[in-house]
Amino acid sequence: MAGLPSSTSAKEKPSAGVFDGIAIRLLAPSWLMIGFFLLVPVAMMLVYSFLTKEFRGGVIWEPSLAAYDQFIFDRGLFGDEPPVIEWTYITIFARSIWQAALATVLCLIIGFPTAYFIATRPANTRGVWLFLITIPYWVNLLIRTVSMKFLIRDTGPLNQFLISTGLIDSPIHIVNTNFAVQLGLFYSYLPFMVLPIYAAVERYNFALSEAAFDLYASRWTTLRKILIPVVKPGIIAGCILVFIPSLGAFLAPDLLGGAKTFMIGSLIEEQFKGSAGNWPFGAAASMILLSMVLVVLLFYARQQTRSINGAR
Amino acid sequence: MANTSALEVRNAVKVYGVKPNDVIALNDVSISVENNEFFTLLGPSGCGKTTLLRMIAGFETITQGSIRLFGENIENLPANKRPVNTVFQQYALFPHMTVLQNAAFGLTMLGKSDKEANSVAGRMLEMVQLGGFADRKPGQLSGGQQQRVALARALAPSPKLLLLDEPLSALDLKLRHSMRVELKQIQEEMGITFIFVTHDQEEALTMSDRMAVMSNGELQQIGTGKEIYEQPGNRFVADFIGETNLLSATVESVKGSHATCVIGNNTRLECVVSDAIEAGSSAHISIRPERISLAKSTVSSAGQDTLTGVVSRYVYLGTDTQCKLLLDDGTKINCRVQNAHGSTTDLAVGERASIHIDQGAARLLVN
Repeated sequence: MAGLPSSTSAKEKPSAGVFDGIAIRLLAPSWLMIGFFLLVPVAMMLVYSFLTKEFRGGVIWEPSLAAYDQFIFDRGLFGDEPPVIEWTYITIFARSIWQAALATVLCLIIGFPTAYFIATRPANTRGVWLFLITIPYWVNLLIRTVSMKFLIRDTGPLNQFLISTGLIDSPIHIVNTNFAVQLGLFYSYLPFMVLPIYAAVERYNFALSEAAFDLYASRWTTLRKILIPVVKPGIIAGCILVFIPSLGAFLAPDLLGGAKTFMIGSLIEEQFKGSAGNWPFGAAASMILLSMVLVVLLFYARQQTRSINGAR
Repeated sequence: MANTSALEVRNAVKVYGVKPNDVIALNDVSISVENNEFFTLLGPSGCGKTTLLRMIAGFETITQGSIRLFGENIENLPANKRPVNTVFQQYALFPHMTVLQNAAFGLTMLGKSDKEANSVAGRMLEMVQLGGFADRKPGQLSGGQQQRVALARALAPSPKLLLLDEPLSALDLKLRHSMRVELKQIQEEMGITFIFVTHDQEEALTMSDRMAVMSNGELQQIGTGKEIYEQPGNRFVADFIGETNLLSATVESVKGSHATCVIGNNTRLECVVSDAIEAGSSAHISIRPERISLAKSTVSSAGQDTLTGVVSRYVYLGTDTQCKLLLDDGTKINCRVQNAHGSTTDLAVGERASIHIDQGAARLLVN
């Protein structure tokens, strides 16, 4: 994770030797890894999304655009009415993007000060703080999400506490709301924001802040004009690492949300679950999600090249 | 010259930590710097010179004492309210800004319009010979160029005082030498008071009008380079600035600013003494190597007032020759003989020699 912003420097090394016989053999393991675990699965999804669905799950090897058509158009129950735009899935996508973006912003607001705090502790105690951040991640995400539901349900400890203090009379309904989903996403992905920002702030040369302060800048201006721009690669990396998994998340929306908080991840998951699914449709939704992620990553790559040409 | 000093630090104390684990970084240091002066804080690492500089800049609080800038107390002002700018050791240029934006930063923060800030910053860049580099990013410049940008950036807001924290230490030797001359020129042209921190005595001697030698958080001596080199106030200063021979001695008698001392095997030596000292006490004598001359000795043992010994080593150094001598009482003496006239002394290793010390070159140091 910490390597994300700096890994690009490796690209600058001359690649003339890549096609040497030895180089090909040495690179084979990584190509096999990428091939097996990335290219083949993505290619399979791409192919499946253009096939016909088998009703008990699986596919019939007959090319079809039905999956993409179903995503965008409503042609009635028997498929013979004139097509109208089907808003269901578009709404789910829009909601997912909104939820993921909101989770990213929340993680940034909490994660940035946290990362800054850790990075400015004495070097020998930073490890302890990072360790504390990672402790919850020793427990499976599913268990953590269920525990979260237990905490916030109507008869859970949170509501009981609030009632006992007299702040509220009746429990606040948190479960099955967008807020609960948001809470789940935020809690699940916060470390992915903290860690890259921590790595960037830790490398930050605080003499820059002193220089700005010396040159009549206020503390706020120093933060805005010097610290944040310099650690921006870390901030962007953190945002991407939170946004992308939030976009495809299904545990938090499934367990903490209800029908009104349905997100892409759950939609895709359902298409492959049991015999009620629709594999080509699930594959098509995945491909649409993937292309959205690619757009975000391209934006990131552009930022990276820009900061390399500039800083250092 | 104005009545008020540009900078007046009085009885500055800096303590880090709490008792009993406290560390005294500065112990009762007072300096007074005149307007337009190039003043150097010189000392080995850990002597407190950087702490003092950072205290003047406003990056460190002062535990006790006061700092006055042209008569006004500034010790309670934050760094961004002090009309003082710093050139940092590693330059600390803003990597995401262009060279021009870096140089204009201070003026922009002072509320100047972009146009005005850029025009002043541009002039500063011209002055440090980086006029054509305004649109580059600091990462695209060499170390020496970055150094100049840092200088232009700190000078652009016309500070009342410019602080330089070992700015040349990251440069290679040749560049360092040419930057010394340039820094001094810029200081004279701009008429700004410079306070320069370094551990390099040669740097201090080339540029400073006056310098303060520091050690262990304490001020050792303040004076011009000549004063400090020729009249060191104590053993530390004598040893730190240049090379010297330090001989232990017993004071026999004191007359005004002269003392007669006994060194080694009852050899008497006339010394200059500046601090009060009583007859009978022990002290050290400092003699600079270049103020000792050698002559062939035919006498087999030392008479009074003449020191003799055996030449143990010759090192040819180009402009001069270093000669090590082992005196009869076992004391080792270094001397330097100028090669100006094309020939060195005709003494060879192993030969006996007597030494002659220039008038006033032997200085008695009490501390």
